[in-house]
Amino acid sequence: MNSILSVVPIEYYLGLSVILFTIGVMGVLFRRNAIIVFMCIELMLNAVNLLLTAFSTLHGEAGGQVMVFFIMAVAAAEVAVGLAILVMIYNNLRTVDIKEMNKLKW
Amino acid sequence: MLNQNLPFMILATLSVFSALMVVLSRKPVHSVLYLIFCFFTIGGHYLLLNAQFLFAVHIIVYAGAIMVLFLFTLMFINLNKELEPHKTNLVKAAATIVAGTLLLVMVSTVTDTGNILPTQVSQNEVGTVAVLGKKLYGDYVLPFELTSILLLAAMVGAVMIGKKNTES
Repeated sequence: MNSILSVVPIEYYLGLSVILFTIGVMGVLFRRNAIIVFMCIELMLNAVNLLLTAFSTLHGEAGGQVMVFFIMAVAAAEVAVGLAILVMIYNNLRTVDIKEMNKLKW
Repeated sequence: MLNQNLPFMILATLSVFSALMVVLSRKPVHSVLYLIFCFFTIGGHYLLLNAQFLFAVHIIVYAGAIMVLFLFTLMFINLNKELEPHKTNLVKAAATIVAGTLLLVMVSTVTDTGNILPTQVSQNEVGTVAVLGKKLYGDYVLPFELTSILLLAAMVGAVMIGKKNTES
């Protein structure tokens, strides 16, 4: 069965992933709401996942897709713990502004 | 040629647009909804790439679990007001410049590596549940089991962090 890669060059997927990753980086630098910073990290993980899948299909090698599976599991664990931490921070500080989370800074 | 590219182009445009809206929309709930949409378009890319197993896992894990967690936390914290503090214009400009420079660096790196890419697409069927299941329970069985320990640890950690401190 032919995949989309026989008509769409892999460079397009490279470009798309790079753009999505950069948007994620921009969001992390751009926003002060910690939940949105988390979402942008998810966006970056997804950009990498997409590229891994594209190259896995290109090479006909299933290892890349197994890696994507593991990345998804790690992302789920990270989000669960991270959001629990955020909820506790909100309970203590009444804000999720990353400007306020500077107690460990100095 | 253009007609065959069309599904990819539509999906890619939607992905980039919704990713941008995640960053730019003012209300956090809108950001979450755009992120869900972005995840669905990325799932569409997985389908185009013949990765049916990953498509199913992606929808279940991201749209089903992670996004529900985000929405739940957001409604728990109730941040859906527009007086969320934003960074100053200087910081925003600096962030955009840094991201643009990163984009430039990555694009130039990618264009430099153009000739090491394979020219023809492999015809192997790798995205099906049968192939990936054999891989997961064959070569990758130890990492697979370790993943379950990781998820257990994350679950215990989330409960421990999230529960009320009763001693003080």
